[in-house]
Amino acid sequence: MSEYILEMRNITKEFPGVKALENVNLRVREGEIHSLCGENGAGKSTLMKVLSGVYPHGSYDGEILFKGSVCEFKNIKQSEELGIVIIHQELALIPYLSIAENIYLGNERSRRGIMDWNETITGAKELLAKVGLDENPNTPVGSIGVGKQQLVEIAKALSKKVKLLILDEPTAALNEDDSENLLQLMLEFKKQGISCILISHKLNEVSKVSDSITILRDGKTIETLDMHSGEVSEDRIIRGMVGRDLTNRYPERTPNIGEVTLEIKDWTVYHEQQAERKVLDRINMVVRRGEIVGIAGLMGAGRTELAMSIFGKSYGRGITGTILKDGKEIQNNSVTEAIENGFAYVTEDRKDYGLILIDDIKRNISLTGLRKLTHRTVINEREEVLVAEEMRRKLKIKTPSILQKTGNLSGGNQQKVVLSKWIYSEPDILILDEPTRGIDVGAKYEIYTIINQLADEGKGILVISSELPEILGICDRIYVMSAGRITGEVNRENATQETLMRYMTKTGGNGHGNTDEIVQK
Amino acid sequence: METLMKLFKNNIRQYGMIIALVVIMIFFQLITGGLLLEPINITNLILQNSYILVLAIGMVLVIITGHIDLSVGSVAAFVGAVAAIMMVDMQLHPVVAVIASLIVGGLIGAWQGFWVAYVRIPAFIVTLAGMLLFRGLTMIVLEGQSISPFPAGFQKISSGFIPDFGDFGVNLIAILAGIIFTLIYIINELRDRRAQQKYQFEVISNSLFVLKLVVMAAVINAFTYMLASYAGLPNILILLLVLILIYSFVMNRTVMGRHIYALGGNEKAAALSGVKTKKVTFWVFVNMGVMAAISGLIFAARLNAATPRAGTNFELDAIAASFIGGASATGGIGTVFGAIIGGLVMGVLNNGMSLIGLGIDWQQGIKGLVLLAAVAFDIYNKKKNSVS
Repeated sequence: MSEYILEMRNITKEFPGVKALENVNLRVREGEIHSLCGENGAGKSTLMKVLSGVYPHGSYDGEILFKGSVCEFKNIKQSEELGIVIIHQELALIPYLSIAENIYLGNERSRRGIMDWNETITGAKELLAKVGLDENPNTPVGSIGVGKQQLVEIAKALSKKVKLLILDEPTAALNEDDSENLLQLMLEFKKQGISCILISHKLNEVSKVSDSITILRDGKTIETLDMHSGEVSEDRIIRGMVGRDLTNRYPERTPNIGEVTLEIKDWTVYHEQQAERKVLDRINMVVRRGEIVGIAGLMGAGRTELAMSIFGKSYGRGITGTILKDGKEIQNNSVTEAIENGFAYVTEDRKDYGLILIDDIKRNISLTGLRKLTHRTVINEREEVLVAEEMRRKLKIKTPSILQKTGNLSGGNQQKVVLSKWIYSEPDILILDEPTRGIDVGAKYEIYTIINQLADEGKGILVISSELPEILGICDRIYVMSAGRITGEVNRENATQETLMRYMTKTGGNGHGNTDEIVQK
Repeated sequence: METLMKLFKNNIRQYGMIIALVVIMIFFQLITGGLLLEPINITNLILQNSYILVLAIGMVLVIITGHIDLSVGSVAAFVGAVAAIMMVDMQLHPVVAVIASLIVGGLIGAWQGFWVAYVRIPAFIVTLAGMLLFRGLTMIVLEGQSISPFPAGFQKISSGFIPDFGDFGVNLIAILAGIIFTLIYIINELRDRRAQQKYQFEVISNSLFVLKLVVMAAVINAFTYMLASYAGLPNILILLLVLILIYSFVMNRTVMGRHIYALGGNEKAAALSGVKTKKVTFWVFVNMGVMAAISGLIFAARLNAATPRAGTNFELDAIAASFIGGASATGGIGTVFGAIIGGLVMGVLNNGMSLIGLGIDWQQGIKGLVLLAAVAFDIYNKKKNSVS
């Protein structure tokens, strides 16, 4: 038996017109955590699909050895039988079924087609204990948080006698606590002899738990780094991923801050379904022209709710409080009104809330600013093309044509289309919710540059981000939220990850949402 | 030849149904010994299918927004009944009665649109209820009887022809209309092509472009010549053309059209982009109600009677036409032109099968299979073209 549990040799996979993988080699040792790093589109997911049999044997070149023997998977079922289980970024759970039912979905505990509920429940309990999830197995999956759902997915994998667990961006939707929890669990599994392949953009996590890292770029294996050699820094990994040194991850900028343009006063919002639950409690904040203001906070702190409730009351009910723009009180009762008042909101979920994926780039860009392109409700299509072309050039959207469907673009380019759309609507205030989520390092830098340009044009910018280095890297001033309140306000010079973290985990807030007294050390 | 194949491959969605239509027509032309393309039959084809095509235009809009309307057959019957009561029993002037009928259709659409858009009840349920409700109302207002006859002027909507000047053996108006239409078409194509070249979009080669123009010109003029050698241009054809042009224009070139596509493509994203999604949905249903009313009027005029069972299964034909014409059941995709082609595929099938004496039982079965095959073909193509 070889020391490698998995060897993928010279894997080449072609799609019509594109070579997605070219002679990729991946070797995973028995019982190690092996990370797979690379920019978006580098071929990580394709490689995993080849491994799990989503792309059946014969549709690719090269060979796969699992525990020393050649495997020719025709479908996922066959790879799962050997103990290779993938947990995808988008969780594959059914919200209305219970935890136990989800765990054994497709693998039911049954006798001659009749469900054995005893075994289902007791089995589920055992598995939940293994992943450290203290929930009743009869609870519907839809009623527990994303972090816990992730654990249910893992329990489901364990129920299949997993030998090699593949996690695709497992922490993308998790807060710091849940992420930490998950990483600990991976280390625990390692002790039990389960090997892991981790795909993640979060390099701090990667370097924390990995034993080795394989880097892919443009469908080719670049290198495999041994993390125990002691010389692998995050910068080293990034260099491998982008093929160049990225000495500064955040572009330089000298802020030119002007008058207050946006002021939120005593903003209180109640939950959409649970009418008594306060989601936001007396939020006060100001944004000045040319200023990039960050909002930090853990999942569930109410950041997105704040952004969406300001943006045309797209979230919440029972909203009270005032919005002042350039000193004048305004009403944002609908999205249309918010847009007319010069607001723009770039959502955290560009696929579900930001883009019409089946439409082309041009139509997506023009959608919000359509009125500017019309004469008596007839769209000037030539003008529209010119606008889209200009945005493509300005924001460097990489595409053969503006007639390309946005669903076919990479994450970074999709985000640029969303930004183009809002830039074209000529807002004064931009609210950017997780502007670089799921985007590779190179594209992130470009997005930051665009944000800086917008600030330099005198727009007020609010950035919501879960990545503290990002907040610290681009913002001039940072509000910290926790449990629906603002718990701190920090200037760039005074901000460190530790201070932010302290405010993020502070509950109860400072009573009246009054931020004046806070840390201007 | 190679570029031709490539062109064909890239546009199979667009051209697939036109090709299917042509193949079906050739098939029946051969099997019926030339009966299908006789001038009288061509004219009949238009008259027989006009009310379905009108419904298909409204239906494809509803389907693009991601909804469905099962009630249009019943609504058409109800509006026909209301029109008959106004014109026959109350002796109202046809123009007044027609306008009132369209308003009734719009109100019915508003009723259903309200439940779908603002209360957010799935359209399937709202319009299923509407299908029963308006069928019931039709029977109530008609008291189970048919009402006839309509005033002669009203009947002309469906059975009249544009009057010709003089007598030249063939209908000159029809020939002229064909020539004028061809010229407009060519000028439009040239303008589009020039614009596309200016923005450096990929355009088909010069020779192919000329070929396309020649083929289209030939088809248009052959068609109008056929009509000319029977009775000329049916009134209903003019109405249809006007509707097709208006709705194609609205869907392609206006804000409303864009908003309809955006809403169907991704409702949440559209809402956050400032599209008033509820309002758009509401008006699409109001429009569907008006189209159902037009369809009901055409049908009543053609039958020269309002009957309790009018419009049965119209909704199914209209929905089938939209899907055969490339609309997507999940919304966001579809064209007015496609729905018309889809409607014609169904119409030619009906007509051709009747000509060769196939029973209604076989006709239904074959139409069902054609619908399934068309959508399967569409999905197969989408799969093949998407690179994950």
